Amino acid sequence: MSSVLEIDQLTVAFDTPDGTVEAVTDVTLSVEAGECLGLVGESGSGKSQTFMAAMGLLADNGRATGQIRLDGIDLLSANEAKLNTLRGDRIAMIFQDPMTSLTPHMRIGRQLAEVIIEHKNVSKVEARAQALEMLKRVHIPEPERRLDMYPHELSGGLRQRVMIAMALMCEPEVIIADEPTTALDVTVQAQILDVLMEVKDSLGTAIVLITHDLGVVAGLADRVAVMYGGRLVEQGGVSDIFEQPSHPYTQGLLKCTPRLDTDFEALVTIPGQPPNLQNLPPGCSFHPRCPYVFDRCKTDRPKLIEIPGGRSKACHLDTLEAAAQ
Amino acid sequence: MSDAPISGGRSKANLSVPHSAALNKAAEVEGRSLWQDAFRRLQANRAAMASAIVLIVLAVICFAGPLFVPWSYEEIDWDILEAAPPDFEKGHYLGTDSLGRDLLARILQGGQVSFQVGILATAVALVIGVSVGAMAGFIGGRVDQFLMRFVDVMYAVPLMFFIIILMVVFGRNFYLMFLAIGFVEWLTMSRIVRGQTLTLKNKEFIEAARASGGSTANIIIRHIVPNVLGVVIVYVTLTIPQVILLESFLSFLGLGVQPPMTSWGALIAEGAQEMEITPRTLILPAVCLSTTLFCFNFLGDGLRDALDPKDR
Amino acid sequence: MWAYFTRRLIVAIPTLWVVITVAFFLMRLAPGGPFDQEAPLPPEIMANLKAAYGLDQPLWWQYVNYLGNLLQGDFGPSFKYKDFSVTELIGQGFPVSVQNGLAALILSVAVGIPLGAMAALKQNSGADHAAMTVAMTGIVIPNFVVGPLLALTFGIWLKETVFALPVAGWNDGALPNRILPVVCLALPFIAYIARITRASLIETLHTNYVRTARAKGLPFRLVVLRHAFKSAMIPVVTYLGPATVFLLTGSMVIETIFGLPGIGRYFVQGALNRDYTLVMGVTILAASLVIFINLLVDLAYAWLDPKVRYE
Repeated sequence: MSSVLEIDQLTVAFDTPDGTVEAVTDVTLSVEAGECLGLVGESGSGKSQTFMAAMGLLADNGRATGQIRLDGIDLLSANEAKLNTLRGDRIAMIFQDPMTSLTPHMRIGRQLAEVIIEHKNVSKVEARAQALEMLKRVHIPEPERRLDMYPHELSGGLRQRVMIAMALMCEPEVIIADEPTTALDVTVQAQILDVLMEVKDSLGTAIVLITHDLGVVAGLADRVAVMYGGRLVEQGGVSDIFEQPSHPYTQGLLKCTPRLDTDFEALVTIPGQPPNLQNLPPGCSFHPRCPYVFDRCKTDRPKLIEIPGGRSKACHLDTLEAAAQ
Repeated sequence: MSDAPISGGRSKANLSVPHSAALNKAAEVEGRSLWQDAFRRLQANRAAMASAIVLIVLAVICFAGPLFVPWSYEEIDWDILEAAPPDFEKGHYLGTDSLGRDLLARILQGGQVSFQVGILATAVALVIGVSVGAMAGFIGGRVDQFLMRFVDVMYAVPLMFFIIILMVVFGRNFYLMFLAIGFVEWLTMSRIVRGQTLTLKNKEFIEAARASGGSTANIIIRHIVPNVLGVVIVYVTLTIPQVILLESFLSFLGLGVQPPMTSWGALIAEGAQEMEITPRTLILPAVCLSTTLFCFNFLGDGLRDALDPKDR
Repeated sequence: MWAYFTRRLIVAIPTLWVVITVAFFLMRLAPGGPFDQEAPLPPEIMANLKAAYGLDQPLWWQYVNYLGNLLQGDFGPSFKYKDFSVTELIGQGFPVSVQNGLAALILSVAVGIPLGAMAALKQNSGADHAAMTVAMTGIVIPNFVVGPLLALTFGIWLKETVFALPVAGWNDGALPNRILPVVCLALPFIAYIARITRASLIETLHTNYVRTARAKGLPFRLVVLRHAFKSAMIPVVTYLGPATVFLLTGSMVIETIFGLPGIGRYFVQGALNRDYTLVMGVTILAASLVIFINLLVDLAYAWLDPKVRYE
């Protein structure tokens, strides 16, 4: 399978009055054509910034080093004009907050149409037809009427569908969905995920699903990558990760999710706080919170190594089962 | 998959007692209070700090200066009786105006008036504005609607006209003037305080305070006031120059302070008459007024940036 | 949308009425009257004068009478300029002030918005700081300082050069006579508008929807003009309401300094002379103007922000 998107040793740093903060450190990832990659982590783990860098949407004080290749073209070294030909056309992004992500004074139809007019140079009539088509694909009720509406006339769930439709306009190779359901009700969440699943199956679009919610990932992703403190700590197929996590953090995340089929007395948490990116603990960033910590963890930062089954992990332990004994 | 929660006894380390050392180390990055943060940012803003210093110097000169100047602001030097260039022997360090009065003394006097009006009128605006705004914001409902309707109506009216009418009607009383000015300026203050109060009222920490049994008065004093204070400080600093400007404007038109009392606005008006012959009488008070207004504005902007950096 | 407009209109009328009433009673409350300036007149003549102007009638009668006249467009006679009615005076002065005010407004929008936009797009650069400091100057230095200084420069120091400009008189609206007054009037507005535009555009450029527009691969020029600009203009339009008020008060100073026969100067003269009717007339006119402009601003709002139409 060919990789649609290859991230190679990406580091994203921000200049702040208090010094330089690395939000993402040495991340290497790839997204294969037609697959869904789930990227999981807490707030501050760097998962969103990784792909903001890909889209050229970092804040003014951010700098990205490394390479991000879309079909071989390095996005990080592309100039603004080149980047503009690619984004919206071959790589698209949908954001977390649908309530504020659409331009309030422009009608929906126009916001949809301008993507394809800009990239494919079609006529207004054709663009509108395509917009209508995409609204139907995301199952928006009464699509013709919606085209002429303003964003504030739609609910949050509908707006997010419009965002997805907008991302699909030029039929990109990969769509990055940054916490697409976090701001929505649980019932609406399920609907949006269904839409994304359908898009993946019918159009063969690769999807990167960025989230902190493992439940969201379980239903949709083919592969999962876990980030902590700006680095990748684990990667692998979704069933492998869920059934046999190889990193204590992943295991902790899994245990934190309450299950309906077991009895438990107290909610499980991972003790401690997320790391302060400006003052990371020495050695493994997770060691202060790790149940299996031993001396080497406090001094030696584990590198990401490959393990059988197409997986990788960054941990000094051999296996979690061994450690548990 | 193991069914036991992490804090069970079988794992190598017992997590029911956290790794204090490692966790505490992470917590060592000290938190800073909001005020300290703001003060640090303010100090970094050189324009604002310079402005603050200039203002203090100016104020000191205006209030203490007359002690060092031989002439008073209303004394006419009968030997001169016309605008004359600076003459150090006679004690006219900046010269005289067209009636033979010492220019430096008059400028200092003007400064005193301007500063006094600035502070007093702003105090009036502050008291009215904060009361109305806090009431409207905190009580809400009908009271809020009514008060804000009232403010809206007043905004729609060209208030300068009413100030002037007031000045005309009741005579040009010094104290009336800053009541009138204060009465105009409180509008903006009240809107800001109301806005801030509304935002705060709905914030979670107020609910938390209520939930832990805080009384209304307690909540107002310990939670709302400190948070409103920041915004109020900024606007006070920005209102003072508005007020000084208003007073100068009135005096320029002849509707403000009455001779022989003078303010910078009145001096500018006099200077404008004389400008063909002695531009000095126009330029000097103009520079003083402009500098003062500049500094207040820079300082106010600096305070605003320091207290709310995203507003940049 | 018409409902919205009508509602606004309905609020405006009582506001105007309040202005008229308050102004009327304030002026009448004044100690002394319009005839006190002159040498003391014999009592019979005073009485006659008062009767002639209706000043001997009870206050409420005067008020109702005044309102009645107003509705017919009659502001009453000027107390000071005995041969003229206030309506005539306003009729003469209004066009002068309006022309200057409009010119100043257009100038300030034409210069202020691009200036602010440039500063926003080059945020924190040298050009930005320079532009904003210049803008600060425009705001902070009052027009009664700038006016005389400009008059000094162009009317006296540069008198013999090609840059000379007349500094007094209207000369029936000859162009050279208009330049200095209009520029003086416009300066603070250029400054305010530039600052508001800058702040607003910066904020708009950081919104989520502009981020979406960029993510769509639109060239930056389109992102700014199509997506950011309209929303960014909202605070500027809001400012036009109070701007009208400032223009009116600014005209008082400018017309006094440059000797222009506009209503601003009539107002100041009227205030100094206790010419009740003139002062009232100008105040009511000014208030009406402000209310009218605010209505226009509300209309513009509805165009800029679709949500407002449904309020």
